[in-house]
Amino acid sequence: MVLPAGTTAPDFTLNKSPDATLSLSELRGHPVILAFYPADWSPVCGDELALFNEVLPEFQRYDAQLLGISVDGVWCHKAYAKARNLEFPLLADFEPKGEVSRNYGAYRTKEGFSERALFVLDVKGVIRWSHLSPIMVNPGADGILAALEQLSQPAGAGAS
Amino acid sequence: MPPLGSRNHTVGPDEAPVTLVEYGDFECPHCGRAYPIVKSVQRSLGDELRFAYRHFPLVKVHPHAEHAAEIAEAAGQHSKFWPMHDLLFQNQTALEDEALIAYAETLDIDPVWAARALAQGLFGDKVREDFASGVRSGVNGTPTFFINGVRYDGSWDAASLLEALVVAAQ
Repeated sequence: MVLPAGTTAPDFTLNKSPDATLSLSELRGHPVILAFYPADWSPVCGDELALFNEVLPEFQRYDAQLLGISVDGVWCHKAYAKARNLEFPLLADFEPKGEVSRNYGAYRTKEGFSERALFVLDVKGVIRWSHLSPIMVNPGADGILAALEQLSQPAGAGAS
Repeated sequence: MPPLGSRNHTVGPDEAPVTLVEYGDFECPHCGRAYPIVKSVQRSLGDELRFAYRHFPLVKVHPHAEHAAEIAEAAGQHSKFWPMHDLLFQNQTALEDEALIAYAETLDIDPVWAARALAQGLFGDKVREDFASGVRSGVNGTPTFFINGVRYDGSWDAASLLEALVVAAQ
């Protein structure tokens, strides 16, 4: 099961490019969207990440940072991001393979790749919304935006 | 999904028992395949169907999609949204600015004005508004269809789409 709302998001440090890493804790102070997905280049993921790429300006209105995460390696991510003009980081959950995905309950051990799972974290790094999609279903961005909107409400105003 | 209003482009009676809304991108090949299918269900259902088109240009992968959407809105200002919509889907491989302006001219729209509308982004806000409404409504790619306000996730070959519309109309 994917980690539910209310859980503190486990910290991680992963490569975001062949020569740079990113730690989740560096993003404290911003809402963060984690998009785990099965693989670069597979068509449905392509549609999902392509959609999120188009919706980035909407995410940015909430000051939110989007991170894509799969078990693909840095060079694969680099080629994929370039081919699709992706303007957000793709993190490589590559070694130990799938460890971060496992920590979020978003790993398919049998197949050896990440689930198609979404998490929205608040500025303190607490998961406020999570969602697991069937592997072949593009979840869309409406759930993420609704969660971000909820976060931006003054305390106590958002019912859930 | 936000209800249709006077800002939206529709074909068919407002009181039709079934409304089909497409979120589309003029440069998207899947939308190009859907175009004759939508035409065929329109022919089959006649006044039973109201069809509306909203813009969902995927601009990071389709470099001409934004201006194509804007030229359709520009044509809409001259009550020629639908003729332009048809021209764009019939000419998906020729969507550079010069081509868009030429299509405007064939519809008796002043090409100088059309060029200025694109250069100044006069209709950009309208396109973005459609895009934002789509994102909020769960559009997850193009084309995405809504039947009577509910996202339709089924197959959109002509027979399946027609059947879904007939069921919704009952």
